[in-house]
Amino acid sequence: MPTSPHIVLADNSVRAVMFKVLAALVPGVVVHAWMFGPAIWVSLLLTTLFCLVIEALVLAMRDLPLKPFLSDGSVLVTAWLLALSLPTLLPWWLYALGSLFAVLVAKHLYGGLGQNVFNPAMVGYAVLIVSFPAHMNLWPAPVGVAGHTPNLMEALDLVFAGQGAVSPDAYTAATPMDQLRAQVRTGLSAEAVAAASFGLHAKEALVLSYALGGLLLLAHRVITWHVPVAFLGALVATATLLHLIDPGRHADPLFHLLTGSTVLGAFFILTDPVSASTTPLGKLIYAGLAGVITVLIRSFGAYPDGVAFAVLLMNAAVPFIDAYTQPRVFGHSRGRRT
Amino acid sequence: MIAPATRELIVNGLWRQNPGLAQLLGLCPLLAISNSVVNSLSLGLATTLVMMVASASVAVVRNLIPHEIRIPTFVLIIAAAVTVVDLSMNAYVHPLYLVLGVFIPLITTNCIVLARVEAFASKRSTAASVLDAAMMGLGLTLVLVVLGAVREIFGKGTLFSGLDLALGPAARDWVVTVVPDYQGFLLAVLPPGAFLGLGLIIALKNWIEAIRQARRGTPAPVIQPAA
Repeated sequence: MPTSPHIVLADNSVRAVMFKVLAALVPGVVVHAWMFGPAIWVSLLLTTLFCLVIEALVLAMRDLPLKPFLSDGSVLVTAWLLALSLPTLLPWWLYALGSLFAVLVAKHLYGGLGQNVFNPAMVGYAVLIVSFPAHMNLWPAPVGVAGHTPNLMEALDLVFAGQGAVSPDAYTAATPMDQLRAQVRTGLSAEAVAAASFGLHAKEALVLSYALGGLLLLAHRVITWHVPVAFLGALVATATLLHLIDPGRHADPLFHLLTGSTVLGAFFILTDPVSASTTPLGKLIYAGLAGVITVLIRSFGAYPDGVAFAVLLMNAAVPFIDAYTQPRVFGHSRGRRT
Repeated sequence: MIAPATRELIVNGLWRQNPGLAQLLGLCPLLAISNSVVNSLSLGLATTLVMMVASASVAVVRNLIPHEIRIPTFVLIIAAAVTVVDLSMNAYVHPLYLVLGVFIPLITTNCIVLARVEAFASKRSTAASVLDAAMMGLGLTLVLVVLGAVREIFGKGTLFSGLDLALGPAARDWVVTVVPDYQGFLLAVLPPGAFLGLGLIIALKNWIEAIRQARRGTPAPVIQPAA
């Protein structure tokens, strides 16, 4: 029986936190399946399976107990975030490779859970986008926009047997961001493209479901407000500035909010308790700069989305940020850091 | 029978103090150019040649160089050696010269060359200096070739492609296609692949050392990178 009234008994174990994150991802997954067809179940199942198997093998190699590490849910969070960041209907070995780099290279080579400098799911994503741009640019279009949305059996066939009866042209389309990039290059105004972008309504529903999950995490105090507010705020501010300078070349802030993995990143990826900054001021700097970098990569870079690279860059800066943003301990002077 | 001092130099250069694996010096070309065996081998041999010429020259005149201005003097000598190698490669292996490009003149700034000159050749006899430079250079070349082979296999699915650029037309048929119909893995060819590959090779060396130490019954020393 706790005698101190100010001590709140919250279950802060890794297991509890990770399963809350998974629960908060469920709305997003369901909406994804509803808007983009059942292919997400295949990719989600594959990354989960690969991540669990690789984790088990590495744990065995490191002579660590399997059960506590496999059942704490952290591997599942990595696997789900990886699946939600990648296009569905990739060949199965790309999901295996992404899982391998996420779990083995990004997590265990750095020392395992709690030691990884970089967000494992984003390392897996970055390796794939850098190495296989042709595959990674085939995003299945939303239901209704695509000529044909593969059902579950066709999805399995595409993932395991490659291009079979259904040609990729039937179910994929350029994402709004790719389209904007292509159109700006050929001289059309970004406004016209953004207005005409098909399938944004599907993205809107998906973004809202991610935001709903994020609010659940906030309500359960799994994450604090700092990271999402700073990231989205800085992203909107940078996008607005660029849009005001040259509306013909840069998309409006709403476009940046709705496309790519902006909202997923704000609530689920940047908030990773291991690789994010841990001090309140540090979180604001870390997430704010990530927002700025995201817009800069999207506007001036060669890759379709900038969230993953922004997260990885800021992950690398976290030890530095944390060292300079230590809050004052009560009773200690505001002296210089020694 | 090799004299113990000579043996020490050989072991240090090729394994114990290997520039690529233990001293971690000269990493810029190591990481930038090691995406195929031919690039690695030619840049490694060019660096070895420069190191031998520079170390020999410095060792000969080591007692004439004033201590205060030794570094500029060393750099001038190294730059002269690099110019000779650069012009010779342009003349004799021109296609390869075009591939390696700016990395040949950049051997001047490779810190392993200056490090061996400063740490060894400016203090020891000419013969020992040349041997040290040759062994250090070969050690670096060895790491470069292993890294180049790993990156070439994973990145392009071949081995020894383009070796005729360095060794003449006879080597044109030496290409080994390790994985037929390979789609390519760009990460291995890009700079991150170099960092990952080198990290794994260093881990392998440390692992071998640890096993050897354990067999001898002494704890493995923690291998620190040179400051």
